[in-house]
Amino acid sequence: MTNTKDKIYSLEAKGITKRFPGVLACDSIDLSIGENEILAIVGENGAGKTTLMNILMGLYQPDEGEIRINGRTVRFRTPNDAFAAGIGMVHQNFMLVPNMTVAENIALGSRDFHKFLRLDLAGAKKRIIEISERFGLPVQPDTYVWQLSVGEQQRVELIKTLCFGARFLILDEPTSALTPQETEELIVLLKRMAQEMSIIFISHKLAEVTALSDKVVILRHGRVVFSGTTSEQTPSGLAALMTGHEVVLPKNESSEECGDVCFELENVYAKSDRGYMALDGVSFSIRQGEILGLAGVSGNGQKELAEAIAGLRKIESGRINLFGKDLTNMRPRERIDQGLGYIPEDRNSEGIVPSFSVKENFILKDFASPDFANGPFLKLKNGEQKAVELKEKFDIRCPSVTTPAGALSGGNIQKVILARELARNPKVLIAVYPTRGLDMGAEEYIHKKLLEMRSQGTAILLISEELEEIMNLSDRIAVIYKGKILRILTSREASMRSIGLLMAGITEPMAMEAGQ
Amino acid sequence: MKSTIRIVYIVLISLAAAVVAMAIAAIVLGILGASVTQTFKIILTEPLKDIVGITEILVRAIPLTLVSLGIAISFRSGILNIGAEGQIQMGVIAGAAVAIALPNMPKFLLVPLALLAGTIGGALWSFVPGYLRAVLGVNEILSTVMMNYIAVQFYGFLLRGPMIDPAELQVGSGTPQSVRLPRSAWIDRIIPGTRLHWGIAIALVLALVVYILLWRTTWGFRMRAAGASPKSARYAGINVERCLLMAMVLAGAFAGLAGAVEVTGVHRRAIEGISSNYGFSGVVVALFGGLHPAGIIPSAVFFGLLLVGADMTQRMISIPANMVLVLQGAVILSIISAKMLINDPYLYDRFARRFASGFFGPRRPKTPKEGGA
Repeated sequence: MTNTKDKIYSLEAKGITKRFPGVLACDSIDLSIGENEILAIVGENGAGKTTLMNILMGLYQPDEGEIRINGRTVRFRTPNDAFAAGIGMVHQNFMLVPNMTVAENIALGSRDFHKFLRLDLAGAKKRIIEISERFGLPVQPDTYVWQLSVGEQQRVELIKTLCFGARFLILDEPTSALTPQETEELIVLLKRMAQEMSIIFISHKLAEVTALSDKVVILRHGRVVFSGTTSEQTPSGLAALMTGHEVVLPKNESSEECGDVCFELENVYAKSDRGYMALDGVSFSIRQGEILGLAGVSGNGQKELAEAIAGLRKIESGRINLFGKDLTNMRPRERIDQGLGYIPEDRNSEGIVPSFSVKENFILKDFASPDFANGPFLKLKNGEQKAVELKEKFDIRCPSVTTPAGALSGGNIQKVILARELARNPKVLIAVYPTRGLDMGAEEYIHKKLLEMRSQGTAILLISEELEEIMNLSDRIAVIYKGKILRILTSREASMRSIGLLMAGITEPMAMEAGQ
Repeated sequence: MKSTIRIVYIVLISLAAAVVAMAIAAIVLGILGASVTQTFKIILTEPLKDIVGITEILVRAIPLTLVSLGIAISFRSGILNIGAEGQIQMGVIAGAAVAIALPNMPKFLLVPLALLAGTIGGALWSFVPGYLRAVLGVNEILSTVMMNYIAVQFYGFLLRGPMIDPAELQVGSGTPQSVRLPRSAWIDRIIPGTRLHWGIAIALVLALVVYILLWRTTWGFRMRAAGASPKSARYAGINVERCLLMAMVLAGAFAGLAGAVEVTGVHRRAIEGISSNYGFSGVVVALFGGLHPAGIIPSAVFFGLLLVGADMTQRMISIPANMVLVLQGAVILSIISAKMLINDPYLYDRFARRFASGFFGPRRPKTPKEGGA
C-alpha cells in the first residue's frame, strides 16, 4: 500500500461521464472540495449521486473525465486504490457484524490487525480509543454491535473508516436511519471533524444540507444544475433547484368536519418479538376522512401496532373494530377484504416482491379476484392492462411493467405500493413511514395522494417520526411512547415543541408549559 | 450494442463456468490416473452412437424430469426439498404394492391406479417435513434428509421381509426384491428392444402442467410470492405456511410419481437401489434448468447423457461411474459462481469497458478478461 499520510487538501472531479445501457448516469460532472470543507451533494433518487460516489470509490470507472487529489491525477481501478489514497466511505446501510464487539468489527476489516491466526484486539482497541478521543466520538470497544442504537452504530462506522486511515470522508445519506436527535448530534460531530479533513455528504434532506455544508452541488438527471456556496441558499430554494420546480409540501388545511368513527382500537396489548409488552393498552379511533398522525421515536411500539392491525401479530387482549366489525380474530386476508389498506414500513421486503414484475406487484392482493382470475387461472391480459393504466396514472418511472419491481428506485417502489393500495379504495389506510428515505419530489407526491384519499373519506393512520410530516398532514396527533399513547392532540393544540416533548416521554403539564 | 456486450458477457461467463467444472473433474480424473480427454470423449459422445444409448439417456431423463419438476415447485415456493430420494422409494413401494395386490384389474385402470398410489405415497412422505416446517418451523433441509434415511431403511425392510418375492426365499438366492409386477401394471415400451417407455409422455405433459401451474394460476402466483418474499406475501394476505406445505406435498407427489413410473415402466419389480440417486441428481437438474420446466427438460437429458456416459467409462476404461457425482458437484459450484458473476454490476461494467475499447477504440495492452468462475 502506498498509504502516504499526506493530508488531502483538495479533491477535484473534472468532466466525469458515465453511461449505462439506455441511461446517462453522469453527464460531465465537475466538483471540487477544498481543505476542511464540507460539500453536500444533493439530488433526487436516480439523479446520479450514487454512481458518482461509486466512481470516486473506484467501484466504477468513468467513461470520461478524471479525478485529481492535491492537483495530481489519480486513477482508481478498485476500491482499494481509492482507499489507499485516503478516501473512506460510510455507506447508507451499515456493514457491521451484530454479534461481534466494536473492536472485533474494526480489527476484522483491517490488515493491520490481522496477526498470524488471530486478531490483534489490543491494538485495535488502542487505535479506537485514540481516534475516539481525537474526534470526540465516544464509543466502548467491548460492547456488542447489536446492543448499540442506530446512531451509535453509525459512530462505529465512522470510527472504523478513520481507523483504516481515511483522510477524506464520503457519507452516503448518513441520516436516513437516524432519529431527529441523533441527526443533530451527527451534524455537530461532522462539523468538528471538518476541522481535520474534508467531507462529502450526500443527502436529500435539505434542512441538514443548509445546517452542515459549506458548499453544495445539486444533480438532476446526471447533470450539475447548481454549484455554489450553501449559505446563500434556503432549503426551499435548494428544493426548487433539485426537482426543477417549486416544491410546496401540501398541508392539511381543510377544516371540513370528518365523518363517523370507522376504525377503532380498544385497549390493545401485544408482545414484541423479544417477549416484552410492546403495546401497552393502546386505544384510539379514526373517523372517515380523518388523518390520525402517530408520532413517536421509532421503536416505541409502532412496528408492533402496525403488525397487530394487519393481523400479522397476535394481540394478547383488546379489540380492533372496523365499521363496528370486530377484526381481532380475522386472518390478514379477511382484514384486507374488509377494506384495510396498508403501506408497510420496509417497502422492499414487506411492500413488494422484488423479483416479481411491476405488473405482478400491482395485483399482489387481487390476483385471485374475478377481475384478474377466472377460477384458478390468471387473466394475464387484465393484469397487463391494469398495470399500464396504474403506471400512467401514478407516473411510475420504469422501462416497462414487466421490469422486476426490485430494480426500481425507492421512490418508484413506493409509488407502486401506493398505486396498488389506493386503486383498491381502502376504507382505512395504515401508512407506516411512507416517505422514509424518499426525496422531496416523491414526498410531495405521496403527501398529495394521502390528502386526496382523506378528502374521499378514507380514514388514515399515519405512522411517522418526521414531525413536519405529521404536523402538515394530520387532523389529530397521537404520541406513542413505550407502547402507550401518551396523549391525542388536535392539530390546533399541537406544536412542534409539545409533540417533541411527548415523544421524549415528558407529560407533566409543568414541563410542557415551561417548554412552550 | 450494449445488449450485445451483455450477451457476450453472459456467454463468456457461462463458458468459463463450464470450463471450470470440466477442470475440476479433470483434476479428479488425473488423480485417478485416467486419460482426461478420453474420459470426456466417452461420456459425451459414446452414448449417442446408437439407438440403445440414446433411448437409455431418455430412460434416465424421465425420472430426472419428474423429480426436478417437483423440486422446482418447492424451491420456487421457498421450501427446499432434499428428500426426493426417500419420496421416490415410497412411490415405488406404494405403486408396486397396488399393482401386486390387484393383478386381475384391467390395464387401463391398473396403470393409472399404480401411478396414483405412487404419487400419494411420495406426497405423504413429504407431508411430514412440510407440516413440521409450516406449523413448527422445523428446518426442512434437515427433516427431508432425515426422512431419506428412514425411507431407505423402511424400503430395505420391506424388500427383505413382507414384500420379498417368495420364490427368492424358496429357490433363489434371497435377493431383496419384490415379485414381478403383473403385466397389466406395466407401462408399455415405445421402441421394441429398448427400455424407452411411455412415461416420457407423462413427463412432457407434466412439464407443461407445472409451467401453467406456476405462471398461469392463482395457486402458482401465491406459491411464487410466498417463496420470493414471504414477508410481503404475508402482508398481502397470503397464507405463506399453507403455500409451503402445498409446495412440499407437490414436490413429494412428483418424486413419488417418478418412483412409480420407474417401477412400472423400467424395472417392473421393486429392487434395491431403484432410486439411483435421482432424488439428489434432481436437485442439480432443477438448478441447472433454472427452476423452469423449459430448462429442466434439456437439463434432464444432459444429465441423462452424463449418467449413461459414466456407465460406459466404467465398462470401457474402468473409470468408476460415480465420477458423475464429482461432475454434478462441480456443475453446482460453477453454476452458483457464474450466477453471482453475471449479476455483479461492477464486474460487468469493467468487462463492458474493456470490450468496447478493445473493439471500437484504441487497443489496450491488456486483453479482455472476463474474470473466470
